[in-house]
Formats: sequence, structure tokens, C-alpha cells
Amino acid sequence: MNQLLSAVAVALSLVATAAAQPVKLGELNSYKTFPAFLEPYKKGMELAVAEINASGGVLGRPLELITRDDNGNAGDAVRVAEELLAREKVDVLMGTFSSAVGLAVADFAKQRRVFFLAAEPLTDKIVWESGNRYTFRLRPSTYMQTAMLIPDAVRLNKKRWAIVYPNYEYGTSATAAFKQLMIARQASGIEFVEVAVPLGKIDAGPVVQALLDAKPDAIFSSLFAGDLAKFVREGELRGLFVDRPVLNLLGGEPEYLDPLQDEAPVGWYVTGYPWSEIKTPEHQRFLDAYQARYHDYPRQGSVVGYSAVMTIATAMRKAQSTASDKLVAAMAGLVVDTPFGKVTFRAQDHQSTMGAYVGRLALKNGKGVMADWKYADGADYLPSDDWVRAHRPSD
Amino acid sequence: MTFSALLLQLLNGLASASSLFLLAAGLSLIFGVTRIVNFAHGSFMMLGAYLAYSLIGRLGGGVGYWCAVLLSAIGVGSLGALVEATLLRRLYRAPELLQLIATFGLVLIVSDAVLHIWGAQDLLGPRAPGLGGTVSILGHAVPQYDLFLIACGPLVWLALTALLRRTRWGLLVRAASQDRVMTAALGVDQARLFSGVFFVGTLLAGLAGALQLPREPANLNIDLAVIADAFVVTVAGGLGSISGAFIAALIIGVVKALCIGIGELTLFGTTLDMSKLTLVVEFMVMAIVLIVRPWGLLGRPTAPAPNAERRELQQPPSRRFVYGIAAGLLLLVATGFVADEYTLVLLTEIALFALFGASLQLLMGAGGMASFGHAAFLGAGAYAAALASRVLPMGMALLIAPLVAGTLALFCGWFCVRLSGVYLAMLTLAFAQIVWSIVWQWDAVTGGSNGLVGIWPPAWLASPQAYYLLTLALVAAAMLLLWRVSFSTFGYALRAARDSATRAAASGIDVRRVRWAAFALAGAFAGFAGALYAYAKGSIAPEILAIPRSIDGLVIVLLGGLQALSGSLVGAAAFIGLQDTVARHTEYWRALVGAAILAITLAFPAGIVGTLKHWLRRERA
Repeated sequence: MNQLLSAVAVALSLVATAAAQPVKLGELNSYKTFPAFLEPYKKGMELAVAEINASGGVLGRPLELITRDDNGNAGDAVRVAEELLAREKVDVLMGTFSSAVGLAVADFAKQRRVFFLAAEPLTDKIVWESGNRYTFRLRPSTYMQTAMLIPDAVRLNKKRWAIVYPNYEYGTSATAAFKQLMIARQASGIEFVEVAVPLGKIDAGPVVQALLDAKPDAIFSSLFAGDLAKFVREGELRGLFVDRPVLNLLGGEPEYLDPLQDEAPVGWYVTGYPWSEIKTPEHQRFLDAYQARYHDYPRQGSVVGYSAVMTIATAMRKAQSTASDKLVAAMAGLVVDTPFGKVTFRAQDHQSTMGAYVGRLALKNGKGVMADWKYADGADYLPSDDWVRAHRPSD
Repeated sequence: MTFSALLLQLLNGLASASSLFLLAAGLSLIFGVTRIVNFAHGSFMMLGAYLAYSLIGRLGGGVGYWCAVLLSAIGVGSLGALVEATLLRRLYRAPELLQLIATFGLVLIVSDAVLHIWGAQDLLGPRAPGLGGTVSILGHAVPQYDLFLIACGPLVWLALTALLRRTRWGLLVRAASQDRVMTAALGVDQARLFSGVFFVGTLLAGLAGALQLPREPANLNIDLAVIADAFVVTVAGGLGSISGAFIAALIIGVVKALCIGIGELTLFGTTLDMSKLTLVVEFMVMAIVLIVRPWGLLGRPTAPAPNAERRELQQPPSRRFVYGIAAGLLLLVATGFVADEYTLVLLTEIALFALFGASLQLLMGAGGMASFGHAAFLGAGAYAAALASRVLPMGMALLIAPLVAGTLALFCGWFCVRLSGVYLAMLTLAFAQIVWSIVWQWDAVTGGSNGLVGIWPPAWLASPQAYYLLTLALVAAAMLLLWRVSFSTFGYALRAARDSATRAAASGIDVRRVRWAAFALAGAFAGFAGALYAYAKGSIAPEILAIPRSIDGLVIVLLGGLQALSGSLVGAAAFIGLQDTVARHTEYWRALVGAAILAITLAFPAGIVGTLKHWLRRERA
């Protein structure tokens, strides 16, 4: 009898949900510019939406995800955001990938007073120097992820570091953060040689040769995607990595690690996402659901997309509203369940404490994996409250 | 830098030069004969890499590997010939650069097709069998494959030279590059010849892609990453000159390698990181080459394109046109009071790009100077306004922007107007890339790759409606001014200089000065559009002055009709409207936009407005 009653209750709530006006999430991203990251990301979002709707939606209303391509540039992104607001009447904005687009949409959100969750952009500025009342960021920033690698870098105790980075915001910030943190932690005559490469167009031969000639003791790289693959292959061939430890930001993310197959550079210190190794119940549940739905394994992007939708749903439940100003208030100290565990959105800078996995690359069955990894909780790598107060404009 | 380090960097440079040369040689061949500026050349290289990846997987190692490489090159060549025979052939009689946007449509289609077939993840191919190791040179490990590539360049150069000098086919190709009308008159089957040239040209691109696979995973960014470099090498070498392309590829490959090899350089007490120069060094090399040698290293002054003289004298706007415009304007003002917010945002964007297009139209249509870098001035205006908005009211910022952009255009124009045709277009591209790279890296002033945010109009103008009406008024005024200019004495002098520089000079027109003034004026108007764009978006990022924006400008102008007054209006409405509707309804929106552009160029070879006019005239006749 009880079972019957609860079944009826569920059916009724489903009927009610279907009848109610959906809550619209307006999502924009550079789907055609960064498909390797964003296809799994979209799947992650859709999984979250399906799960939420299966359990009755949010505030008794179903979630509806409306995605748009921003064509990889800030100007089009603002137009698309206008379209989502004016024509689709979305309740909130979310998404974006590159720093420039993220910052442009964040500023637009401030101007229009609309809640915006920047899911992926890594730029430090989006929550600090250019932070604003309506913008929140999920992923650990460039600074935070660099800081996660610093303990290993310090332990190596090397004097002469070569830094290779893609020549744009992410690469230059990673380089600046690395130098600043290393000088602070390891005072004894540390020196740096830098090589900047155009994003997506590394001339791997000359770069590897230049690094060999610089005779560094260790290397810090923030290369990713095609640049990383070219650098790894050329460096292995020319013996750049022999007896020379390498740290590579994002190098353990499946998006960038998997294309390397059995050529994944063993022993590198990386941040990333060892999806096959994490055994926490919250991750296992996510993994099972993802694989059941897509018959594919999740990438880093999948976790970001999934967690971003979960964040907004959680905030709406806490706020008991979809209004931007109420959501902003609810986000202060909001705790969200993600596949990486509970993360908190900080009131002082709107940055979440989501972390990343830090470990060393190894080979397993002819594929690159992360070994000796641990979860670096973002909360431990955030700047101090005083620093935030000094760098973030007040609302 | 030690001697051995220098030598090794030279070797690196030579290895990169080889693949650059393969790509550029094909492009040069295609342009030389068909006069098609083939934007899709990088896409053919990308196809070569993906095809090779799949075929190598099928045919396995050893001999199979090399068969796979050759087969993929032939496959790409066949596809190229097919594209020529089915699509591009219909456009040879179209005016000027229309084929350029048809190939741009192809870029979009190929890119989505590759994504659909091979997926989003990068595909790293195996190392080349037998060449996977290194040899020791001066105590350094040098990849065998690099040495193989270094040998490939000269071999292909020799083969091509033999093909062009020793065979009958080569003779015909050379004849057609010098005078294709005469060649046709002498009974040479043009269609077959052109298809053959396309086959060889795209085969080389496919080969370049397949040969790149051991060094670089097959990925979706190859097309756009290489196309600019391919053009740079082709143009710096001299269009149609295979040997010139070879030399230019060597210079650029080596200079790039040296920039990375030298690293930090201290000159007069300031330290310069030379590796940061790799962002633009190829464009700097090309700019220097073109300033010193206006036809490239080994190029010869080319005969004007066969269609160049078929222009009609452009008539001043008829009374009917003026009434039409006035009525349209009234309608647009009325729209501002009834349409929904997003329609107004979209119309604002269309208006801004119409003005940007119109400024390019003055340069290209009346001036006969095609520009591949016009976005530099759009961007200069946008950044000038963004920076001015920090300290000045919006009205002042809108005034300063065209001045800054105009001044920049005045500077670039001084060099550019000495050139003509594709050389001029590529020099504008070089300047645009240099400006872009400065903006991209000058964090303190321009915000670097992030750009600048917080550029909003004052509150009373902030609503989409108010901003739309403002934009409409300002853009209408600017467009009327542009039209006025183009039918003033100055405008006629400009067209005279375009149609016959010699006759214009003989009748007392200072050709170079007139062209220079037009260049500066076009830059100033583009800058004004840029300033309005910055305030419309509230932020500005370096993409505003990058190559894709310049291409947008070309597409708008050519789609609408280069020689039609309302061409840029119609082009902007068609292009932006298309992007907006298609992107909303399908995942593969790029392919659809590409197909639509291709279809429009085939249906309206003189641009939408131009072709409609032809039809009307035929009806009446």
C-alpha cells in the first residue's frame, strides 16, 4: 500500500513538473572552437539536467537547458547572451571557455544584473581583479592549479627552471604565478628561462632545441592540446626529458592525455582527472550514470558541465527562487555536491573550492594514466582574504 | 648561442620550411593559373592529415605506411579537382575576389565534415617507419624524420620545376598563367587544364598534411593555423613562382627557428624575449619583402585579372534609390519602437557591420584595393574608444576613434598603396597581424588577450532600443557621407585611378595620393564602426582585429555586391542574419553557413544586389 501511495505521489509530482513552466538555463560556449573539451562538457550538463528532472526538477519546475555557440569570440558571445535573455527569456546565464569570452560575458552579466556562472574559464581575473556581484566561477583558476603543483616543484629543489607556455592570458598567468610562488618558497638563487609559443602553433623542434641549449634542471609547462602532443613527441625524441623533471599544468586531463596513448610522458607532474581511479562514492555514482547514458567515459569537461548545472540547481533550491539577486545571495557559502565531493562557493570572491587531482603520469595497458595522485582541495590554494579585499573591486 | 646550437636551429628551420613549401607551392600554382585565392588550402592539408591517419591505421607499418601517405595525397588531390570541376568552375567569370568567399564557404564545410567523421579528439599518428629515431649531429640528437623532410622540399621543388619546364602540360600551365584568354583562344581545353592544376595543387597540400602527421596530431585547427602562413610564403616568394615560394619558405622557417633559439636578447639595456615574436615574425618578413620588392622575391608584375576591365561606370544614386533609402530608413526607425529587444540588438550589429563593409567597399569597390586586414582599423577604433572611455565621455570617445584609426590607416596606407592586387591585400594583412600581436601582448594597456571590459554607454543610452536608434542615426549619417564621397570629384578620381592608373595620371590625378587618401578615409570609417561596436558590446577583445574579422568584412562586401551602393547593407544583413538563424537551429551550423555562402556565390555571382540588378536590367531590355 505504501509503495502504491509513493508511486502515485511520484507520478503526481511528475505530472505537476511537466505542467509547470520550465526553469531555463541559458548556456553559451565555444563548441566549434574547442570541441574536444566541450562535447563531453555538454554531455555532463545534459546528464545533470536529466537527473534533476527525474527527481522532480527544481522548485517543482523542470530544468531546460538552452545552449548556444558563441563562435569563440567575445563580441558574438555578448550578442548570443542578449539573445538568450531577450528571446529565450532564460533565468540565468552560464558557460564560456576562453578568458576573453568569460570576462566579456561576466561584464555583460554585471551590466544587465543577471546571474552568471562561468563554468570553465581559468583566468584569475574573473573572480579577482575583474570580479563582480553577478559572476561566479566553478573551476580552480590558473593560479590555484599552478599552486597545486608548487609543493612538488619545491620538493624537487631544482635551481634552473625552463618555462614553456602558450602566449596568451592562461600561459602568461601560469608563468607569472609559478615564478612568484617559487621565489616565495625557495629563495636560494632560483633562475628561470622562458619560451613563449603561439597558441596552437608551436614549432616543437626549435622549442625543444632551445630548451636543451638552455640546460635547465627542470621544466614547467602550461602547454595543452595539440601543442602538448607535439612538444612531448619532439622532446622524447631529442632526449629533453632525460633526467629532467617536468611539471605540466592540465597534462592529466583526459582531453589532452588520451591522444598521447602509449607515448604519455611517464613521470611528469600534472594536474588532471584520473577518472578510472577515483573510488569515492560520489564519483562512482557519477561515473556509473555517465557510462550508462553515453557508453563512454567522462572527461574533465564532463565533470565541469555536470557540476555547473548542479550548482545552479542547488542555488535555486536554497534561494527558493530563480531571480538573479536572490541567487546571488544564496551563492554565498553555498555547498554543492559534485563528483569531486562537496565544494563551497566563497562569499568573498565568488570562487568555488573545487579542486583538481595532482599526480604523476604513468602507463597502464598502453594508455597514459595518473599515478600517486591525490585530490588537491581548492580551498587550500586560494589567496588570503586580505589579498582578495585588496584586489577585488567591491560590488 | 653557440655555433652548434645555431646550426641545429638552422636544421629545424629547414625542416619546417619543407612543409611550408609544399603548402605554398600548391597555392601558388593554383593562383598563378586560375587566379583563385584559395582560402580552403589549409583545409585540404587538414584533410590530408586525417586521411593519412585513417589509411595508416588500415594499411599498417612499413611499405603500407608510405602507400597510405601517397594515397591520402592523391585522395585529397582528387577531391580538389572535384571541387574545382563542380563548384569553382562556375565562378571564373565572376568579378574579382568572389571565388575567395566561395572557398571560405568550403573551409566551414570541411571543418564540420571532419569533426563529424573523425570526432573532436586530436589523433596522434604513429612515427614514420624507418625514420622514427635520431642521428647525432655535433653531439645533438636530430630526428631522422627532420632530415627526411629537409630532403623532401628540394625534391618536390625539382619535380615541380621539371613538370612545368619539361612537359607539355607544364607549358600550357605556364601559358595560362601569363594569358589565359589567349591560351583558351589557341584551343587549349581550359576546363581540363584548371582541374589538373587544382589536382596537383591540392595534392601537394594533402601531401603536406600527411607528411606532418608524425610531427603533429591530426586536429581541427590545422586549416586556419596554416592558411595564413601559406599565403605569406606564396606572396613573399612572388605569386606563381615555385622557386620564390621555396626561398621564402626557407627564410621564414629559419627566421622562426632562430627567434626561438635566440630567446632573450638584450639590446640597449632592454631585454626582449625573441620567442614572443613568433606570433608575427612571418608577417614582418613578408612586410619587409613587399616594401622592398612589391612583387615578392621572384614574382613578376602580373597582368590584371581578366575580369578587371569589365566594370561599368558606376552611376550616382538615382532618385528612386534615394527615395527607397529614405523609406527604408523610416521603416528602420519605426522598427525601433515596435520590435523586441533582441531584434534591435541584431539590427544594431547589422548596421555596424554594414558600415564596416561600406568602408571596405570604398577601398575595394571604388579604389580597387582589396584588403585582407581591414579589421585592424575596426579594432583600432574600438580600442581607441575603449581606452578613451576610461577618462572621457562617450561622445568624445566616438570622435577620437576614427581619428586614431584614420591615423593608423594613414601610416599603413603609405606603404600599401604602392602595391596592387593580392600583394597589396597581403601587406594590409601583415600590418593587421602586427597590430593584432601588439594588442595581444601589451597587457598593461590593451588588456592583452583578455581585452578590455566595462565600456558601456551612459544609462540613458544603455537600453537596446536607445542604442539601436543612436547607431541607426550615426551609421546612416556615416554611410551617406561615404556615398557622397564616392560620387564627389575625389570618388571619380579614385575610380579613374583604379581603372587606368596611366590615363588617370595623364589627366593630372595624383594617383598615389588619391589612393592613399582613400585608404585613410576607409580606415577612419571602419574605426568609427569599431567604436560603436565597443559600446554595443561593453567589452572588446583582440579578435576584433584578427584575420577572421577581416574575412567577415570581405564576405559582407562580396556577398552583397562589391559595385552596388547598398551591397554592404544587404551583405551584412544576409551574413549576420544567416549566422544568427542557422546557429540557433543546428549543431553543424558552420557547415550550413558555409553551404549557404557557397550557394549564394553560385546563384549571385555579382553579389546579391549586383546580380539582382543584372536581372532587372535584362527584364527591362
